[in-house]
Amino acid sequence: MPRGSPKAPPIRVLIAKPGLDGHDRGAKVVARALRDAGMEVIYAGLRQTPEAIVESAIEEDVDLIGLSILSGAHMVLFPRVLKLLKQREAADVPVFAGGIIPDEDAKRLRRAGVKAIFGPGASLTEIVETARSIARHRA
Amino acid sequence: MSRAPSLPPAARAVLDHDRRSLARLISQVENRDRRVEPVLRALYPHTGHARVIGIAGPLGVGKSSLVNALLRHLRGMGQKVGVIAIDPSSPFSGGSVLGDRIRIDREAGDDGVFFRSMASRGYAGGIASATREVARLLDAYGMDLVLVETVGSGQVDVEIRRVASTSVVVLVPHLGDEVQSLKAGLFEIADVFCVNKSDLPGADGAARYLADMASLSPEEGGRWRPPVVTTSAIGPQGIPELWEAVLSHERFLDSDGRRADGERDRVRAEIGDLVRERFDRRLEATLAEDPKLRALVDEVLRRRIDPHAAADRVFTEIARRA
Ligand SMILES: Nc1nc2c(ncn2[C@@H]2O[C@H](COP(=O)(O)OP(=O)(O)O)[C@@H](O)[C@H]2O)c(=O)[nH]1
Ligand SMILES: [Mg+2]
Repeated sequence: MPRGSPKAPPIRVLIAKPGLDGHDRGAKVVARALRDAGMEVIYAGLRQTPEAIVESAIEEDVDLIGLSILSGAHMVLFPRVLKLLKQREAADVPVFAGGIIPDEDAKRLRRAGVKAIFGPGASLTEIVETARSIARHRA
Repeated sequence: MSRAPSLPPAARAVLDHDRRSLARLISQVENRDRRVEPVLRALYPHTGHARVIGIAGPLGVGKSSLVNALLRHLRGMGQKVGVIAIDPSSPFSGGSVLGDRIRIDREAGDDGVFFRSMASRGYAGGIASATREVARLLDAYGMDLVLVETVGSGQVDVEIRRVASTSVVVLVPHLGDEVQSLKAGLFEIADVFCVNKSDLPGADGAARYLADMASLSPEEGGRWRPPVVTTSAIGPQGIPELWEAVLSHERFLDSDGRRADGERDRVRAEIGDLVRERFDRRLEATLAEDPKLRALVDEVLRRRIDPHAAADRVFTEIARRA
């Protein structure tokens, strides 16, 4: 793409899996779906600390962060990521979540600032569409 | 270094180690956003310090793992290191999965490392322009070294050779497919060969094979003969030796004015890339807007003129406007 071209640059999204639990199959499937929708997906992988996630988000200048979690530690990890983003003056980067999160917790996480939450039944189309609509828009 | 008061705020932010500003400028460079040009111009006098080292080779040979091991080694020596990890964009969707960060295991809060993933996209002037500019931003930020990891697609690797002063080509014990890659140009770009995964059987054989191949190149005229180093990125094993091989090539460049010659070549290539990019931009604009073009296409379709003649007219028009 030549400089100054009117074509919009691709959305950059960080996909990471905080916490200590096992596999990242779901996160990989979502990463590929976002790629197929034309996004640049920075895949940070398993067992990421909130600090590492926020550092990656800043260095990679992403428009969106997607966190996948199964371990049940979401009520600790998500608020920590949001708090660190605020501390680093990066609260404008929206966060969405995927995983098994009880309704009551989901409500509280939304109130805390998580922009979207997908359960195991969510379709890839739905995830891609939502990701596109909540991604940060650049000046 | 004294700072002119007229420095654009974004440029000052980079010199003041603001990571978010640096990251945003890198995005603008990647997007070929022309608003970044005054910032690059202001920062240019603050660059020239960092050495750019390429790490090339086929997918899965352990390049990112080696970058991780090198980061540890280099940080231990107090060196500040920027990393640009390039992965291919999908030709279909334009999207990309950039997975090199998975291998990086860093000290939390270490300001002496900046890691950036970059998709190869479909850059008009090739990926070299963007990579050079990102490397320069990292240089202005204060990095001593910039490691550029590129994946196997011959074209991108060859382009990175025009950015890096030393290129390491990484291979694994069972050369198999890699022999094809060697034919496809990896052999020519290597200043250092690295046989990684030496914890697996066959590494010594592969290293001997490469050393034999390297010794086939004529030694005349003080030519560089690429050393072959074996490593295990996950051991880790052989990382100081790998870095020493890189430094020996850097020292070789410092003898007999070779570095200056190389830099001259790289600047010439860069100017060429940037002119091509400007030309492409102008061409795109002309093709998009010009109503005369429609008439020209009609003439070609009616076989009044041939496509070469049409191209001549468009070229003359663009040159006239430029
Ligand atoms: N046995 C062994 N595996 C390695 C070594 N270096 C990397 N790997 C593995 O090879 C795979 C690909 O590594 P990666 O660094 O991503 O390769 P890249 O695609 O060249 O960047 C991963 O599973 C690594 O753990 C090594 O020295 N020995
Ligand atoms: Mg890699």
